[in-house]
Amino acid sequence: MRRRWMAAVAVTVAGLLTLTACGDGGDAAQSPQADAKKKVEVFSWWTGPGEADGLKAMKEIFEKQNTGLTFFDAAVAGGSGDKARALLATKLQADTPPDTFQGHAGAELQGYIKAGDLEPVNFLYDELKLREVFPQQLVDQISVNGQIYSVPVNIHRSNVMWFSPAVLKEAGVTEVPATIEDFVAALEKVKKTGKVPLSIGSEWTVVHLLESVLLGSLGTEAYNNLWTAGSDWSGPAMTKALNDFKTIMSYAGDPQDDWQPAAKQVADGQAAFTIMGDWAYGYFHNPPDGGLGKTSKTDFDWAPSPGTGGTFMWLSDSFTLPKGAPNKDGAVAWLKVAASKEGQDAFNPKKGSIPARKDADTSLYTDYLADALKDWGSNKLAGSIQHGVTVNDAWRTAINEAVGLFQQSQDVAALQSALAEAAKNSGQ
Amino acid sequence: MSVTRVRRWLPGLLLVAPSIVAIAVFVYGMLGWNFRLAMTDKHDEISEGGFVGLENFIGIWDQQRWHLSVNHAIVFTAVFVGGALVLGWLLAFLMEKGIRGEGTFRAIYLFPMAISFVATGVVWRWLMNSGTGERAVGLNRLLDGLGLESLQWQWFRDPDWGMAAMAVPAIWQMSGYVMALFLAGFRGVPEDLREAARVDGCTEWKVYRHIVLPMLRPVTLSALIILGHISLKAFDLIVAVSGKQIITDVPAVFMWVAVFDSHDPAKGATIAAYIVIAVSIFVIPYLIWSLRKERR
Repeated sequence: MRRRWMAAVAVTVAGLLTLTACGDGGDAAQSPQADAKKKVEVFSWWTGPGEADGLKAMKEIFEKQNTGLTFFDAAVAGGSGDKARALLATKLQADTPPDTFQGHAGAELQGYIKAGDLEPVNFLYDELKLREVFPQQLVDQISVNGQIYSVPVNIHRSNVMWFSPAVLKEAGVTEVPATIEDFVAALEKVKKTGKVPLSIGSEWTVVHLLESVLLGSLGTEAYNNLWTAGSDWSGPAMTKALNDFKTIMSYAGDPQDDWQPAAKQVADGQAAFTIMGDWAYGYFHNPPDGGLGKTSKTDFDWAPSPGTGGTFMWLSDSFTLPKGAPNKDGAVAWLKVAASKEGQDAFNPKKGSIPARKDADTSLYTDYLADALKDWGSNKLAGSIQHGVTVNDAWRTAINEAVGLFQQSQDVAALQSALAEAAKNSGQ
Repeated sequence: MSVTRVRRWLPGLLLVAPSIVAIAVFVYGMLGWNFRLAMTDKHDEISEGGFVGLENFIGIWDQQRWHLSVNHAIVFTAVFVGGALVLGWLLAFLMEKGIRGEGTFRAIYLFPMAISFVATGVVWRWLMNSGTGERAVGLNRLLDGLGLESLQWQWFRDPDWGMAAMAVPAIWQMSGYVMALFLAGFRGVPEDLREAARVDGCTEWKVYRHIVLPMLRPVTLSALIILGHISLKAFDLIVAVSGKQIITDVPAVFMWVAVFDSHDPAKGATIAAYIVIAVSIFVIPYLIWSLRKERR
């Protein structure tokens, strides 16, 4: 009898210990250990060809300059970072943030700032005199009430049309389409050859296409007004823009898994056009396995997306300092590398973006990147939708939902009212 | 109360106490918390959220996406449960007829169950690539090779029947399990009953129709419940195949988007509550039925 008692108590205690261990797990992982101190967890969504190489280049500089620290790559796959951000949200809610995470400068970052997830990094801007080297508009987008919350690493352009010169030649398109009307005419010509006129990827790439069509159809000023109090989502100009979008979408091929397979269709001469951000350049241009190893101007070529010549639709990746970062010193060391001229000049040519700093070594940026660098300095600016510059997460999700439903229904009126509703509910 | 009496029940209670506590907190506590959250207007992470009753539960029916995801879940459930039951029954029937190397076949059909839905999803995403004609890969390429080009279609990207295609990997994965259930059921039908029926002049078809099938009813019901609740909660497979695209949206994916992308906890909790209600419509009658049977 006694033995049975003992066994029962022993099992109960073991059970309770297991239960309480669930609660302790989180703390144990954070407790200062010799190893954990040295590890710097950098959270990003740079896993694709090109972008992962850029991150590796920056990692090497980081580890060379900080011999006591090791770089821990906590990257989560998925273009545009939608999967990564869902995971990040759980980490932040559980108060177990990574040491530093990637965030798009602009409205997306504002969400984290309002939720109190980020620490200001003004001290870093003072110490490294960063206000002098970053463009003013960029610094405005990452600040709230004079506090700056992140370190931008790069600038990307969203409104780029990539095309296959061979397919255009075969279809008899002699001039690169500069307006939406020309673009539709070119798509029609390509369709007759049996090739895919416009390649698209999963749902978010269609939203990416929408932002370029809106910019091209509405014009830069009206597009920029969409994000202000004077926005007009219900008017006839928007109806026309969305009808243009519908027309263009009618030439789209079978949706691919993500933007890379869509871009590959262009590189392989199966499709004529794809509209994708300039991260596609690294993918086209870098040697295999990191990229496709194609030659620019012959295998693939680019132009501003139709109707958007003279405007640079930008987005910027930046790194942050989360509240409660386990290894704050390590995170600051990483931010210093990310902010430095050396770090940005190592990262950006590989990633296929231009540096956020104005004093970068222009000789490193050749081919497409030289064009981008020139346009960034001279063009009018507009912010991207899908990449978090002009809209916060909730608004962006509502736009994605509206576009996803439109892909099923092809109903322009429903799309327009859903977009107007999304703007009204955004609270931005 | 005498000590001996306490001695009789206390050790037992102590043994199950940890799991009772764990279930009370992590299942029923969380469930209650979720329903409470669903009845508030906490539409962002920062606000406190006041009580609004059933407003969220009614309001969600005004959203086009909700109708779409419910329809998708219904199509998926119908095709998946129906398909897995029919295929599983057929496999079990063939096994039962005394096929050679039965053990090997049984293992082969059961193996897919050992794979996670995520792994299944990744493989089937490639198999169900929507490219056709020259660009066909995966199953469409296979159809092309067999000279069945006309059968090529968009698979899960088909606007009308995409969710039926989405059920194919689920059927592939679960029909072996249903087979095992039915096989046990078939074996449970006493041979002398069948003999008696045959002596009375029943054809083989009649033996199955009037003797075996009625005796399989409890097995069929169990299979229906198990498949039904898996299907209504389907999330991992769908996310692995197509991510969170509207074209394959189901309530569980919508819930994920509502919480993590829209940052709307109340909406996510409302959808979660509907999923629980839908699953309990399946499970509760089964529990009542099996309780009654045990008492008998």
